[in-house]
Formats: sequence, C-alpha cells, structure tokens
Amino acid sequence: MQNGITNILVAGIGGQGVMTATEILAQLAIAKGNDVKKTEVAGMAQRGGVVNSHLRFGPHVLSPVIPAGCADILLAFEPAEALRWSKEVRLGGLVLINTARQLPPVVSGGLYPYPEDPVGEMRRAGLTVYAFDATAIAHELGEIKLINTIMLGAIADHLPFPVDDLKEQVLSRFRARKPALAALNERAFEAGRSGARAAA
Amino acid sequence: MSAASALQAPAATRQLLSGNEAIARAAWEAGVRVGTSYPGTPATEILEALSMYPGLHTEFSVNEKVAMEVAIGASMTGARTICSMKHVGMNVAADAFMTFSYTGANGGLVIAVADDVGLSSSQNEQDSRYWGRFGHMPILEPADSEEAYQMTLAAFDLSERFGTPVILRTTTRVCHVKAMVTVGSPREQPIAQFAPDPMRWVMVPGNAGRRLPLLHKRDGDLREAAEISPLNRIEEGTDKRVGFVTSGPAYLHLKESFPDAPILKLGFSHPVPVELVRAFAKGVGQLVVAEETEPLLETELKAAGLTVLGKELLPRWGELLPNVVTPPVKGLLGEPVETDSRPTPTVFPRPPTLCVACPHMGVYFALSHMRQKVLISGDIGCYTLGAGHPWMALDTTICMGASMGIALGMDKARPDGDTKKSIVAVIGDSTFLHMGMQGLLDITYNRGNVTVLLLDNRTTGMTGGQNNPGCGRDVHGEVAPEVDFVKLVEALGVKKERVRVVDPYELPTLYKALREETAIPEPSVIITNRPCTLIDEYTRMVPFRVEDARCTGCGACTDVGCPSIVVTRRGKEIRKSGNEVELTWVTIDTSTCTGCGMCVKTCGADAIVGPSLIKSEDI
Repeated sequence: MQNGITNILVAGIGGQGVMTATEILAQLAIAKGNDVKKTEVAGMAQRGGVVNSHLRFGPHVLSPVIPAGCADILLAFEPAEALRWSKEVRLGGLVLINTARQLPPVVSGGLYPYPEDPVGEMRRAGLTVYAFDATAIAHELGEIKLINTIMLGAIADHLPFPVDDLKEQVLSRFRARKPALAALNERAFEAGRSGARAAA
Repeated sequence: MSAASALQAPAATRQLLSGNEAIARAAWEAGVRVGTSYPGTPATEILEALSMYPGLHTEFSVNEKVAMEVAIGASMTGARTICSMKHVGMNVAADAFMTFSYTGANGGLVIAVADDVGLSSSQNEQDSRYWGRFGHMPILEPADSEEAYQMTLAAFDLSERFGTPVILRTTTRVCHVKAMVTVGSPREQPIAQFAPDPMRWVMVPGNAGRRLPLLHKRDGDLREAAEISPLNRIEEGTDKRVGFVTSGPAYLHLKESFPDAPILKLGFSHPVPVELVRAFAKGVGQLVVAEETEPLLETELKAAGLTVLGKELLPRWGELLPNVVTPPVKGLLGEPVETDSRPTPTVFPRPPTLCVACPHMGVYFALSHMRQKVLISGDIGCYTLGAGHPWMALDTTICMGASMGIALGMDKARPDGDTKKSIVAVIGDSTFLHMGMQGLLDITYNRGNVTVLLLDNRTTGMTGGQNNPGCGRDVHGEVAPEVDFVKLVEALGVKKERVRVVDPYELPTLYKALREETAIPEPSVIITNRPCTLIDEYTRMVPFRVEDARCTGCGACTDVGCPSIVVTRRGKEIRKSGNEVELTWVTIDTSTCTGCGMCVKTCGADAIVGPSLIKSEDI
C-alpha cells in the first residue's frame, strides 16, 4: 500500500465477468468511505481478448492507473493472464489465480506456446501465489458464471474490509433481482474462500 | 447500485460514474432537449446513458454528420443540445460544424468528442483539439468523471454566453474510468422556438462574410474568458525545479508521479490562456508541457515566446501514464530512475476474435477458401477481425464505409482486362447505412466490378449492440421503420438478379454464391441474414459434440475459427503417397457452443454430431 491507496488489478478474458467483479469491489470500497477510481474496458477487448481492470481506493485517488509494479493484489481469472500482468504486482504482493487454462485460437492453432508453469514462474519472481481451479468449482456448482463470485470469495480474506461485508455486497445484487441465486452464490463465495485458503 | 440507478440518483449524492455517464447526467441536469450520436468506442455510452433520462429526445443518428446536423437544428431552435461521438466521427461531422461555428449556437450546443489515446479500439489516434483551432471553438478538457460532470455543465453556460458550440474533449481514460461524482438536480430551460433570421442562419457567401469579424471577435473574447476561468488553476507546489502545464487525465498521472511539483492545470485549454501560463512560468525553473497527444499547447506557447519543453521530452503518441512521464522528467531533474529488474514474462498474444457462432465466421471461412482469387476490401466493425487468425482474409481497412470506394479504386486502377483476382468489399449493416450507401452508388454509377458482402447481423455489434435503421428499433427499443436492404441496394442501382440473400451458416451455399458473383463482371451484393449472437434476436440451439473415434484429425473445422472448437492433440502422419500431413484432433466446448452447425458442414468424416440425435432422444 502506497499513500494509503490500495491497488487491485483484476485480469482475465472478455466475457469472464472481470468488470462485474471489479464493480462489486469498488462499491464495497465506496460503502467503506473511500475515494475510488476504476478503469473499464470496452470495445474490441470484449471479443475474447485480454481484459484487465484497475481498482484504486483510499482517502484520495489521483491517477486511475496503478503505477507500474505497484499492485497489491492481482485477482486473475486465468493463469496466463495472471502471468501477463504479474510484473504489475509489487514485490511481496499477492496473486490469486483461477488455474483453469483458456487457450485462444492462436495457441490451440499452434502459433504460440502456452507458458509451461505460470504459477511457478510467478513464485520464482517473488510473488505470493494462491492458485486453485475456480472453473472446476463452478462446474461442480452447476453454473459456469459463478467463477466471478468464486474469485471474489478468494480475495475476501485479503481486503481491508470484513469478509462478511464483501459477501453481503455480492449477495445483495442477487437478493434484489434473483433471490433464488443468492444461496447458490453464497456457496460459490465460500468455496472460493476455501479454495484460496487451501492453496495458501 | 446498478449503473441505471446510479444515473437516476437523487441530487447531492455521491455516485460512482464513468466519464461518459457523468457527461450524460450533467447534460440532463443542464436541461438538454436533444441528444444525438453515432456509436463509437469510447463515446458510445454518453448517448446510451442519456437515453435513460426522461423528458428529452435522444437518437443514434445514421452517422456523425447527421447527428451534428440534428444537433445544429435543435440549437438553432433554441434548445440545449449535446452531440457525442468518437474522434474519427468528427471527420465525418466536420462539414456541418465548420460552418455552424460561423452562425454560432443559439441553444447551448456541446460537442462531446472522445479521443482514443492509446488506440484501444480505433483505426487512428487523431487529436480532436485541432478542431477547436480549425473551427474557432473553445475546448474544455476534463481529467476524470467529476470534472466531466462539472465541465459539461460549464460548457452549456459557456456556449450560450458566447454563442458558440463548445468542444468537450475527453479521452478513453476519462470515458471508461469510473470515479466519484456529486450529482445535482435538473434545471428547467426556456421552451425552444425557431426565430427566423436569414442573415444569421442562411450561410450564403455574403452572409457568411459578415459573420467572419464576429467569429474573430469571439476568439478574442474567449481568450479573455480562458485567462480568468476557474477551470484553469495553478497548484503552487513546493519543488519549483520543474513546473507542468497540462490538461486532461495527464494531470492526474503527473500529480501521482510528482506530487510536489507546481502544476498549471488547463480545463479551458483553448484558446490558450497565454498570459496565465506566462505568469506561472515565472515561478518555476523549467516549464514542461504535458499534453495528449499532439504538441498544440506547446507550439502555441513557443510562438508566444515562452521557453517550454514538450515533445522533445515526452512521447508524441499514447497516454502520458505515470510510468511514461516519470523517467524523462527524472532525467531532466538529474535524478536516478528506479527500474524494475524483475524479468518480463513472455505470454502469447490474445487478440480479440469473433464470438462463438458469429455469422461473420461463415463469410470469412468462405473468403479464406478462395483467398488466392480475391482481393478483400474491409470496413469498420466486428468483421474487421477477419484480418486475424485463422482467416487472414482482409486486404484493406481505412474508415467507416470505405470498403466500397476502395474496392472500386482497386478495380479501376488495374489494367483493363486484368481479372486475375476478383474484388470483394465486406461491410456490416450499420456501417453500410452510416456511409456505405454512397460508396455502393458510386460503384453502380461508375460501372465498377465489385462483389459486396453486406453482413446484416441486425445490430451495431462492435460497440455493444446498438439498434440502427436496419433493426426496426430505435435507441429506446421502440418500433421504427425497418430498412429493406434488398430494395435499398436495388434502388442504388444493383441489378435485381445480382442481389442475393444467403444464410451465412450454410457454408456451401455461401461459397457457391461467392464463386458465382465474383465471376460475373458487374456489381453484385450478397446479403447475409443471421443475427449477432449477442442480441435478443439470436436463438441458442443445442450444442454439437465431436465423436472422438470418428475424428480423423483433418482439422478442416478449425478453419471456421470458432472459439468453441478446441484442439485436443496434434500429430503427423505419412500418407501412402509419402507426403507428411499435420493432423489436429478437436473437441467442442459444449458450455459455449450454441449449435449453429457451421463446423458440421466442414466435417467430411461426420464426426461432429448433435441436435438431431439429442432431440430425437428427448422426444
């Protein structure tokens, strides 16, 4: 943390719910009285491309962009995307990873290799990495869209806010519109939290 | 709180709004009667957000020129009006506003133009601040959402006070960053009524000539206003070795990197308040101008006799992010630059690609299979992605609607009788209605030999699925007259028998139609008719799957380019002929497959099976 600012980088692929996850974290930070800035991604990147979102909160946020190498936490929805942005994380920073690989056509088509051991590479670079398969948990729970909530569960123990407040921030979105999904998302949130803890 | 409810939030509350949402909120509060736009990243959400407010007319116009003209008409009538677009839209709109600058605004007119600094989703990085110089209009430049909100309100007042359109210049880093905004309440505006005044509104040479002195007087008045505007402020700082003159989000990046430096932050950046800069310069060691992207302030300050450092120190293109501005400025201060010695990881590129079951894939599959026989002139939209892997099926892309004019130029430039390659233009429905119709008319009128692929996916896809006149729905989703593309292209001069409507999922039919039409030396149009998979009109079907035992590894299905087709393993095989062939076995990701069936038509081994079997079991 620098000047009382917390820097969280959320990374993944278009369509995985990166933006929604960041939005929920942002709303919680606001509820806790912080100034907040958050970058959005729109246009071309949504078409299966790289998506990353910067979230900065604290007493007063200036640039919306996390200064190079200053992210406190990287929340990554895919291992190669975690590796891609890993140098943005400060030494000693935390990386939370969904280990389920997603190969773009240029990789499955044989034009580029997939990194052999993204998690190991980041650990060797001095980062703390908690990696678990959020996609498998989502499949077990019967809904792939839950990856989002699972990853928010994973970060819950590492924010300067009580875990239950983040959980409430996640679930309130469903309570209002789709109450049936609140219970399922609560299970997903807890599963993500356990997943990250088990990987610690 | 959802985005929609944040937009509607009560006065005096603090909300997390994007720059675009903040502009829309302020426009509504300012009493805007008319809002116009054409979708374009990063500006699209201004009009989308504005369309959610009651009591005003909002429209996605057919292009930016028409959007500007509608806005001009509304301003002439005395209504407060906002016209928003991306930077390249200004090129389209320029003819209208360059002369409207002469007549001047009646109802406040704000032109909200968003520059894509850093090229996140555009074909160029042009600096819209030039238009203020070219068109004699003031420019306001917010740094974040709060300023976007405040400056939009200020822009309407400025517009009416000086009778001029005002350019509100944002960048992607303002439009698509969410930050806290304290919102206010809407203000009533007088009822608009057009007052005839031919000397002012009819721009014939004589009348226009009489407006010129007024235009130049206005420039002077605006310069005086900029000198004392509260939108321009000096932050004294404590370390006076280097002072910055800056505008837009670059201010925030500088403040982040050099918190103790004096800064002159220009919100009202054109006409440049030269005397204010001169006064600021006296209190600092060296004066650095930090502007995205062109050296406009710098050039004008140097012309005024000031000693400043600008683009000789900072980059000429891209964003002036903290990590970009820090090393050169530290170098100037003679301070060491900290470098991150950690290795930079190597990761494959993940370029954007067409979605699962995107109907455009059928078109590019067909084109890639006749690649040696065609030159392909492309256009602006999702289908520009056809230039990428695995299709590699675009030869040109320049601007909205250019595919047809460029195709005609390629046709006319080659020697007579050179028909080694057929010329194809590829354009989507919204882009065709934006600026493509004229190009097609030119092809028919000048008897070109071009086959046009008109990809009607019933939406403006790349910008997130906005309605257009081809959809039969307006910006609010309400029923509107629906363009009949067949009749339209016939009316533009394409022979009835040279217009075909083809299902792009039917790959053999599409391929045959392309072969036939490209062989005939006259204009033809092939209209594809499947909707974008991201809009409500698209119906998901039962996914297909691959029977592994039957898959021969031929890899033909991978030519479709569908993200649902996943390679499971690769291998090599020596054929009886002695030739070595590469083999690619696949599976289908059934969680994303929508059952479009395109890949089935490429599989000679009948290894891709699906709906019919599953359906019969269900029965």
